[in-house]
Amino acid sequence: MKKTFKLENLDCANCAAIMESKIRKINGVNNASISFMTQKLIIEADDSRFDAIVKEAAAVCKRVEPDCFIRE
Amino acid sequence: MSIILNKKQKKSLCRIILASVIFIFAVLLSGLSVIPAEYSAYAGFILYLIPYLLVGGDVLLRATKNIIHGKVFDENFLMSIATIGAFALGEYPEGVAVMLFYQVGELFQSYAVNKSRRSIAELMDINPDHAYIERDGSVVTVSPDELSVDDVILIKPGDRVPVDGIVIRGSSELNTASLTGESLPRDVNPGDPVISGCINLSGVLHVRVTKIFSESTVTRILELVENASSRKAKTENFITTFSRYYTPVVVIAAAALAIIPPLLFAQPFSMWVERALTFLVVSCPCALVISIPLSFFGGIGGASASGILVKGGNYLEALAKTDTVVFDKTGTLTCGKFSVTELHPVKMSEDQLLEYAAHAEAYSSHPISISIKDAYGKPVRNEALTDVSEIAGHGVNATFNGHRLAVGNSKLMRSLGISIDDSVRPGTMIHVSLDGSYAGYLVISDTVKPDAKDAILRLKALGVKKTVMLTGDSSVAAASVAKELGIDQYHAELLPQDKVSVLEDIINQQNKNRKVAFVGDGINDAPVISRADVGIAMGSLGSDAAIEAADIVLMDDNPAKIALALQISRKTMGIVKQNIIFALDVKFLVLVLAAFGLANMWGAVFADVGVAVIAILNAMRTLNVKDK
Repeated sequence: MKKTFKLENLDCANCAAIMESKIRKINGVNNASISFMTQKLIIEADDSRFDAIVKEAAAVCKRVEPDCFIRE
Repeated sequence: MSIILNKKQKKSLCRIILASVIFIFAVLLSGLSVIPAEYSAYAGFILYLIPYLLVGGDVLLRATKNIIHGKVFDENFLMSIATIGAFALGEYPEGVAVMLFYQVGELFQSYAVNKSRRSIAELMDINPDHAYIERDGSVVTVSPDELSVDDVILIKPGDRVPVDGIVIRGSSELNTASLTGESLPRDVNPGDPVISGCINLSGVLHVRVTKIFSESTVTRILELVENASSRKAKTENFITTFSRYYTPVVVIAAAALAIIPPLLFAQPFSMWVERALTFLVVSCPCALVISIPLSFFGGIGGASASGILVKGGNYLEALAKTDTVVFDKTGTLTCGKFSVTELHPVKMSEDQLLEYAAHAEAYSSHPISISIKDAYGKPVRNEALTDVSEIAGHGVNATFNGHRLAVGNSKLMRSLGISIDDSVRPGTMIHVSLDGSYAGYLVISDTVKPDAKDAILRLKALGVKKTVMLTGDSSVAAASVAKELGIDQYHAELLPQDKVSVLEDIINQQNKNRKVAFVGDGINDAPVISRADVGIAMGSLGSDAAIEAADIVLMDDNPAKIALALQISRKTMGIVKQNIIFALDVKFLVLVLAAFGLANMWGAVFADVGVAVIAILNAMRTLNVKDK
């Protein structure tokens, strides 16, 4: 499944790169990419764990940039 | 230019202003020496601590949070260490000023990023927000994604076409500028397809939906541009890798600087610690990390506003390195439509020759007949025509105003025993005989697009060394087009599969650091487009196969766009290089100066935030696309 999310308050490009590499490492994620300019996160992951993965990804974003949150 | 700040930025601005006021007050107070000497050390500390905490509190907080999460080398942490260090050395004003400066820079940076995000969003503002549909006799407003195929929608003047469809009633003019960059409006009449994203200018149109919103052109374009940032250029990947090592290396160097010289040369620690702190301030690669992707995105955004869709930063990078451009002939350099290009009358005027030919072909719907009638331009007088007989593969015999006419190819003339002019011209030759004697011939060929010659000239001016044309057409036709346009090389009489192998030969002969681009109309040359280093499809508005195969898609069929695309790619790569060189040079210079004690923290803050802001402003230039 492939889904696009909006990243609010994404202010630091370096953080976006860190988030991207960390989300890619989440178990079950086939591919993830963050566009700093469009503030978008695209996750491609297994259907069975998708919701759990999105939660984990949101936690990663929060940890890297405390103000940042994911919106569908 | 209006300045729009978001909530976070406004808060930050307030804090900066308040902290600056207190800071100035503190500087004045300590300068006036109104504080008794025995308290001055403490008073100074407290006086400067207030603005420091006010402006840098969130940085300290974030740094602490990050350390708890095990993230050490981040900006917040480095700034905290550098300023706390300054306080520890008793240099309170420096500590506050660096933090203040850093926050001003951050604010400016965040503003610039938002601004460019908005400009890109404006460029891409082609998304229709509503549609009118006729239901049970009344017109209802719906969201474009609620429409389904075969619905009949109403498009009023001034509205954006919400989905792709076919006009069933009404006629109007469409502004396609936001899709193709072409400012000339396009006429539409019943039966014509309309493409989503265009703006209806004059009349009300009734349109039958052919594609749902998620499959319509406008959605595909937006997806393409947004996904473009996930295909990163080599330069972008280099910056990501570089920044991963840069910060730790600078931090380790700072630690070494603080410890080794004092131990070796028995010099005071405080002096070297100060230099080390300066190092820390310069250790963030922000300028590069933000400005390089921004440059690519700006370039892609600017290009799409001119009707050039680039599928990724990597293709923009490859296009900038292109010095060989290979073209398909038909539909790319030529219109792909037949028209009369030469008239060679014998013992009559050109107009007369054309008149005879057009009348003989009056009843034929063959593309060649149509082009002759188009060239004649006047209505055919059917009443003057009798005994029309068409001989398949040869031509037409007819009687016109009492004269016996024969119009056709050399075979027809030979069968009538008429000797003809046997010169070979590029294109199809149509001979005419009048009352049994030869009257001359017309040449019908594909015409070169009006902008093609200019496009080749511009490509050459941009440093393209070799232009090559591939065609399935005859050598004579290819040679004449190549000569007319100033194309260096041509390969004629090629079958579609031959085109791939010819292109492969060209790529193999190529210098490995340079790229080969192929431009085609995407109809039957998809394999060649996908084989090239940079595959460009043109005139592809609405053609899914071409959009799929190509790396760069030109929305209209104007060859001048190829030159414009090259120009945009060169400009973008130029800006990327300027930013890399500028940012690295300034940082390196400040590092060296700081190591020798020649640069203070002010210089370091400039090297960090100042450079980032300048690089961002420079990157925003990619958004401005000027044709020619």
